[in-house]
Amino acid sequence: MAVNEKVLEKIALRFEIADFLYHEADLLDARHYEEWLDLLSEDYQYSVPLRLNVAFADNDTKSQTLAGSEICWFDEDKETVRKRVDQLMTGRHWAEEPVSRVSHFVTNIRIVEDNGSEVNLSSRFLVYRNRVSDETDFLVGRRNDTLRRVGESWQIVRRELLLDQTVLLAKNLSIFM
Amino acid sequence: MSEDCQHTESCSSRLARDLVDVESGEISREIFISEKIHAKELQNLFPRAWLFVGHASQIPDPGDYFSSWMGSDPVLLTRSAEGEVYVLLNSCRHRGMRVCRYDEGNAMQFTCPYHGWSYSMDGALVEVPGDLHGVPHAKSAYHNKLDRSKWGLVRCPRVKNYKGLIFACWDENVQDFDEYVGDFHFWLDNLADAFDGTEAGTEVFHGVHKWRIKTNWKFVSENFLGDTYHGATTHASVEKVGIGPGGRGNRRHGERQDQGGFSKGRMKTSFRMGHGASDNLGYEIPYPEFAEPELKEYFDNAWEVRKERLDAQERLLGGRGPATLFPNMSFSAGFPRTIIVAHPISATETEAWRWYLIDKSAPEFVREWLRHYYMRYAGPGGMTEQDDMENWDYATQASKGVIAQRYPYNYQQGLGAEVLSDLDRAVHSDHAISGEVNARAFYKRWAEFVDDLTWDELKELSQHDERRDRIEQAMANASSEEE
Repeated sequence: MAVNEKVLEKIALRFEIADFLYHEADLLDARHYEEWLDLLSEDYQYSVPLRLNVAFADNDTKSQTLAGSEICWFDEDKETVRKRVDQLMTGRHWAEEPVSRVSHFVTNIRIVEDNGSEVNLSSRFLVYRNRVSDETDFLVGRRNDTLRRVGESWQIVRRELLLDQTVLLAKNLSIFM
Repeated sequence: MSEDCQHTESCSSRLARDLVDVESGEISREIFISEKIHAKELQNLFPRAWLFVGHASQIPDPGDYFSSWMGSDPVLLTRSAEGEVYVLLNSCRHRGMRVCRYDEGNAMQFTCPYHGWSYSMDGALVEVPGDLHGVPHAKSAYHNKLDRSKWGLVRCPRVKNYKGLIFACWDENVQDFDEYVGDFHFWLDNLADAFDGTEAGTEVFHGVHKWRIKTNWKFVSENFLGDTYHGATTHASVEKVGIGPGGRGNRRHGERQDQGGFSKGRMKTSFRMGHGASDNLGYEIPYPEFAEPELKEYFDNAWEVRKERLDAQERLLGGRGPATLFPNMSFSAGFPRTIIVAHPISATETEAWRWYLIDKSAPEFVREWLRHYYMRYAGPGGMTEQDDMENWDYATQASKGVIAQRYPYNYQQGLGAEVLSDLDRAVHSDHAISGEVNARAFYKRWAEFVDDLTWDELKELSQHDERRDRIEQAMANASSEEE
């Protein structure tokens, strides 16, 4: 049976992208933030809108706040992300001192669109945080990423996370989701 | 005072005022830990205090509603067909089901999903918005004897729209809002008026930060009431990094260094009614020196216009906070401009809600810059606020122990060194950064409510600030000694 070359290409791309995302998760969990920052494009946009309980008829249009104009958990560029890294590396950022144990899981990865230079991905995330002793958070939801081809590798251009909580059950968001 | 307090259960029958010794500046840890005290707060304090419920700009049109909390009770902030604002208990009168589980929306009627009782928000269908309108099988089930006018959603009797800030109180006998607030209104004005002083010239951004913290609600109130002492230590990391554009201005972008920084000439203001602010009206710092021309133009102009306006009214220009309106609404009226309400969940759990304000007339660039600044400063993702929660939560954990409970917290900063204020029933701290005079007054008022004093007693006690007598007496003594 002849294997369709296009299918093979697709599988290879998917493998490559998943590998990139797992590598990124490893960098974050190992707190290798400087290397991680290199994976973000200079025009990187990071947003985590708030989720809302709304009536059935409004669910498609009003169940989250709008990045770009309304209050979100995060809605920022690389400059601000870099500031957060600087803060994490001061050693006096009490919210992460002693440092938390964090594991990032990425799953259900799908390539939604591929225009040759950029790909849009849909996935699910699970971020587990344990700190001090019994303080444990599970942050779970949907993730939409845009990756850009840069030479032999990729850069993350845009990341939107939809956290499955309206009231945040973690006391803060002092880690990257 | 609490050396003999070995066990929360054994001593919680004591009066709240016995746990709060403002004369010696010692407050028992029990008031932050005990479920029995918490139950008394829910019973005696929250239903009798003016509480912040939401902002008028969240419900601009008839039928708009916003779900909120007042102490232990879920409420709906609604707007009627006539444009009136109502606060209704969000619980069906038949079996108590929460009739609305949405955070916000627009509806002219709430139908309970349990048995179908429906409540109309429209004054046209019923006598008063919130009244019972539809009852399934009303004829056969109640033989037409159900008096619908008596079984509407419970209406909060006292609602006050103060320049768009909506407050409510369950107690018919509460002091009028203006009386309850007193001269602290200057801080509320600075919060609700636009940066150029336009009255009620603000609205809130869509989106309220809501998050759970494992601490007593009073930690939040106290933090913004006048605890500027924590800043240098708690927020050391963000001070070092800086979160203004390009890293300028540390965490509070653009404090004018030519003014002597954050603290020169600053005093805290403490009111007998329990309210407090971490600055005074005479502490006047112009708006930040922004590098971006659009921001610079907007804020330079706003400051000039405001100065002219307030000068004409002979009003001082300071008073941006942070500040707390007794008991659980805190805010900053500057940079950032935001309200935080600490909803009590249990003795050691709180749900914090943050609203963010913006001038209605702000151009897009200013709006966007401030929105970004607010999110990187405040809320659970805010680079400043993240560290507060770490401290509040682990202070709570480490105060629960049996041994820990024997030792009170220390509130002795500036004890006996208070300074007379020009404001009614108020004094100042003698130091810009330290000084726990605000907290002492807050907990004194707190105990008066929690011990269930009558309204007559509460009103009488708040009529007179005994701290001022002491200062005046000391001044008289000093001058007679000089003679």
